[in-house]
Amino acid sequence: MSAPGTLPFCLRLLRRQLVLAFRRPIEIGNPLLFFAMVVALFPLGLGPAPEQLSGFAPGILWIIALLSNLLTSDAVFRSDFEDGSLEQLLLSPQPLFLSVLAYIAAHWLVTGVLLALVSPVFALMLNLPVQAVGVLVASLLLGSAVLSLVGCIGAALTVGLKRGGMLISLLILPFYMPVLIFGSAAVQGAVTGVPAGPYLAILGAMLCLAIALAPLAIAAGLRISVDA
Amino acid sequence: MYFDSLGAILHMDGHGSYVWSAYLITLIVLAMLLLVPRRRQRRILQQLDGELRRRQGTPMALDEES
Amino acid sequence: MWTFFHKLGSPPWLYSISGTILRWLLPITLVALAAGIVWGLLFTAPDFRQGNSYRIIYIHVPAAVVALAGYYVMAIAGAISLIWKMKMADVAMKACAPIGAALTFIALVTGSIWGKPTWGTWWVWDARITSMLILLFLYLGVVALYEAYDNKEAAGKACAVLSLVGMVNIPIIYKSVDWWYSLHQPASIKFTGESSIDPSMLYPLLLMISAFYALFTCCLLMNMRAELLEREARTNWVQRLAKQEGRS
Repeated sequence: MSAPGTLPFCLRLLRRQLVLAFRRPIEIGNPLLFFAMVVALFPLGLGPAPEQLSGFAPGILWIIALLSNLLTSDAVFRSDFEDGSLEQLLLSPQPLFLSVLAYIAAHWLVTGVLLALVSPVFALMLNLPVQAVGVLVASLLLGSAVLSLVGCIGAALTVGLKRGGMLISLLILPFYMPVLIFGSAAVQGAVTGVPAGPYLAILGAMLCLAIALAPLAIAAGLRISVDA
Repeated sequence: MYFDSLGAILHMDGHGSYVWSAYLITLIVLAMLLLVPRRRQRRILQQLDGELRRRQGTPMALDEES
Repeated sequence: MWTFFHKLGSPPWLYSISGTILRWLLPITLVALAAGIVWGLLFTAPDFRQGNSYRIIYIHVPAAVVALAGYYVMAIAGAISLIWKMKMADVAMKACAPIGAALTFIALVTGSIWGKPTWGTWWVWDARITSMLILLFLYLGVVALYEAYDNKEAAGKACAVLSLVGMVNIPIIYKSVDWWYSLHQPASIKFTGESSIDPSMLYPLLLMISAFYALFTCCLLMNMRAELLEREARTNWVQRLAKQEGRS
């Protein structure tokens, strides 16, 4: 039996991850539910005044998206690590760089993209001006891809540890900060009427850099975790 | 020297408490940075020495005499 | 040339040469540090705008500079240990993290104390302070990751990867925090700006920066020596050393 080519292999991996995710719809729904609940926390904590909430809305929405991304990234490699299929992946002849990208793409599709698509609902609940909603979705689409890439570095480094959950947030939250800065600035800019294009371009540049470098770190991290 | 008296040095025109507390904290942290590895090194050597002597079966009393 | 690298990979040689270096460097460092502190505290004129509180600069700036440089030392040592599998680089990388964290902590605390008389508050979300805070998080992340692994060899490799990721990210984080601050800069806070510093203030500052670099080197070597002894506890040279020095 001959090994499949690299591209079919990665597509198969992607499909496998997506099928696994859709078999457990609860797991997909969890980040969205988390998003909704934390959105509800902010009016309770800050007071229900609409103008105040709409002022904070870009930051709030971005921070919640970041947190729900963080909480899900811990699980990206865990089940595969536990049942040994991760070891198989490391031994396969296909370049790890690309197969890791398939994992990340799956994670991005089931958390980042879904969050970006439902975010207008929450944006309206927080009184975000309507003209900023489009920018919010675009910035979340771009930014959550960076978050997934960076988050998976932490996931790869901590997958072998029994108590990884809290540690992963300590490791990767500092790397999330530039994304948060530019993501929320893009939405803020759209609220105040500044063109959001440059911000989105910077997020895109971060995405390019992350796609080029993060899989290297993830591949190295996975090898270390599996060897340990 | 810029200051005329010890009191002026301590007071520093009202900024003395800030300046001195900053320097004090720094010195404490730096001293800890230097002392911790030193103590760790000594502890490791002492433990290892004790372990070796125990394995050789040297009576402790003899050592304390020497 | 190659023999030098082979020697660098040999723990007993590194242990003895670092002992010799420390015997000279440590006293020099302490004298330079003391001289710099006395010079900065007592023999310089106060800043015409900030008065005497500016004297904190002589510990704040060196700590911040060396803390940032320390991260790069750590990341480069990590890269060397990953690429060439050099055990000593791994030892050096592990030794860097607590020192760097302590220096970052010093920079943050002194910056905050300096902020009180200058800006009127203990903490300002200013670009540099925020960047230093993130640097502290990066250092603590490395320490936490190292402690989380039971297998110390894997811990070293994982920390090396993490510190390399950090090295790539630090310029991005610094630039974006800088930019973020320029966007939100409140008008009420007057920043001292890049005004040229008077030579009479500059020389003690340079002395203190050099002293902090030397201090970093000393601490690094001392941490490495302790770590070496622990890792090599089962070898002959350490046991011989323990017999000689353990009783004192």
